[in-house]
Amino acid sequence: MGKTIVEKILSEHSGTDAYAGDIIIAEIDAALVQDGTGPLAVQQLQKLGMVEAAKPDRTVLFIDHAAPSPRKELSNAHKVLREFAAKTGAIISDINEGVCHQRIVEDFMNPGEVLIGADSHTCTAGALGAFATGMGSTDVAIGIASGKTWLRVPETFKVHVTGKFKKGVYAKDLMLHFIGMIGADGATYKALEFSGPAIDAMDMSGRFTLANMAVEAGAKAGLFASDEITKEFLESRGRGDKWRPLSADEDANYEKVFEIDVSDLEPTVSCPHTVDNIKVIKEVEGTKIDQVYIGTCTNGRIEDLRVATKILEGRERHPDTRLLVCPASKEVYLKAIEEGLIAKLISAGAAIINPGCGACVGVHAGILGDGEVCLATQNRNFKGRMGNPEAFIYLSSPAVAAASAIEGVIADPRKYL
Amino acid sequence: MQIKGKAHKFGDNISTDHIAPGRLFHLRTNLPELAKHVLEDADPEFAKKVQPGDFVVGGRNFGLGSSREHAPTIIKLAGVGAVLAQSFARIFYRNAINVGLPVLICDTSQIDAGDDLEVDVSKGEIKDITKGITIQAKPLPSVMIRILNDGGLLEHFRKHGGFALDG
Repeated sequence: MGKTIVEKILSEHSGTDAYAGDIIIAEIDAALVQDGTGPLAVQQLQKLGMVEAAKPDRTVLFIDHAAPSPRKELSNAHKVLREFAAKTGAIISDINEGVCHQRIVEDFMNPGEVLIGADSHTCTAGALGAFATGMGSTDVAIGIASGKTWLRVPETFKVHVTGKFKKGVYAKDLMLHFIGMIGADGATYKALEFSGPAIDAMDMSGRFTLANMAVEAGAKAGLFASDEITKEFLESRGRGDKWRPLSADEDANYEKVFEIDVSDLEPTVSCPHTVDNIKVIKEVEGTKIDQVYIGTCTNGRIEDLRVATKILEGRERHPDTRLLVCPASKEVYLKAIEEGLIAKLISAGAAIINPGCGACVGVHAGILGDGEVCLATQNRNFKGRMGNPEAFIYLSSPAVAAASAIEGVIADPRKYL
Repeated sequence: MQIKGKAHKFGDNISTDHIAPGRLFHLRTNLPELAKHVLEDADPEFAKKVQPGDFVVGGRNFGLGSSREHAPTIIKLAGVGAVLAQSFARIFYRNAINVGLPVLICDTSQIDAGDDLEVDVSKGEIKDITKGITIQAKPLPSVMIRILNDGGLLEHFRKHGGFALDG
């Protein structure tokens, strides 16, 4: 019987002929923790007396959630990670390097590999044709020390995407639409496999956005075939030699198949307080917004900043609406400076925040006030997410976010494009 | 394992932000302190009300969101005997077992806040004493039972010198 992408990768990594439902012990190629989950992972390794990394050059500790540190408790947590890296030879990605999921695809992950990460959006790297999944600190700690993890091979939902995106509609709108369609628990324990002509034509940035939000449908992973676009991306990152073709077999077994024609999609917005609370733009246009946040592992890449700048260039944010822009990594930031995007965004009234996760995860640098409303390009809008349970979060593409910053209310970006 | 306590009822989609909010990120290295805020954004009084052995009773998709293992850990530290829900988010479910917090998938619709419950984790049997009914939970996968019986993943790994998931 043919195999899905996840069955192929997990067969290779367990030395078994693995199919959905099998329990396997898999070799892992890389592991990540961040400053919210890493200190607990280090503590667990100390309890086990295993303060070591099986693959130090592919164990990456990210200081991104509270970077730079806003409090002494977090400064001390950062010290724990730096000391662990110094002791084991693991890699530290310190303040300003960027958000773990952006950094891990920029410099570490390749098709056919397995990544476990103590962060739920670890699934982002699935866009490269890898199996990447989020776990807790103890699971990842044991993975770091032993180079292995146990997994139940997930069943796969195929998401077959056809058609052409209309102007002003992006991968983010597709993913919000899909999550609205199947629900926040619609793919619990499953792998999503994205394919079809619209995916074949999609750039890596869009694929990262889709894979990043697989967990928002409850999925364990979001996978893509490794194709020519993957190859070009790896070549641009100096890892062309790590490319390999990888796709599902024709006769692979899918638990469900979803067909989506993107030609029908409109700019789409997720409303408070669950990601699957989806509306099309005309249903929410005019909603007053206190803060717009453009950035994160979902939509903080150079392509996202280009779209936002195109809309904001020569215009100004609404006087009652704050605009925060946070490039997802140092490289994205530098590129945005080089291309002149940052100057244009600042002129439009944006506050530029150094790369990190702080506002999205509610730690610092963009906490909302009571009753305030934020429109953000991130992946989550749970109650309390941005640091205040009395606030309201809407999610959208960078285009909708930029247009809304100008008008001070949720706005359709198409008139600016 | 037999546990007795009262039911604390929650709705659908209780996220890890409800359980261990990001604004308390700095308390993640001080779990007893963080436990004083457990589930605060779903029920601000919960941490004060909960008694050892009590149950958190949720609806669908309990624990969705972040991979923060701190979420099930502080539920356990608060003295909760088990979490019962119609369904769980994947990472929370795995983390709960890893930290030794029993999680049972069952029909929670008939359980009301304040009901006296008696739960047999290994049998997956939930007796609602107040209502005089017995609810059967979905059996835990055998891998999960092994890890839970060893007292969590760390103890499992220590005891067996690696993963011992078969048989």
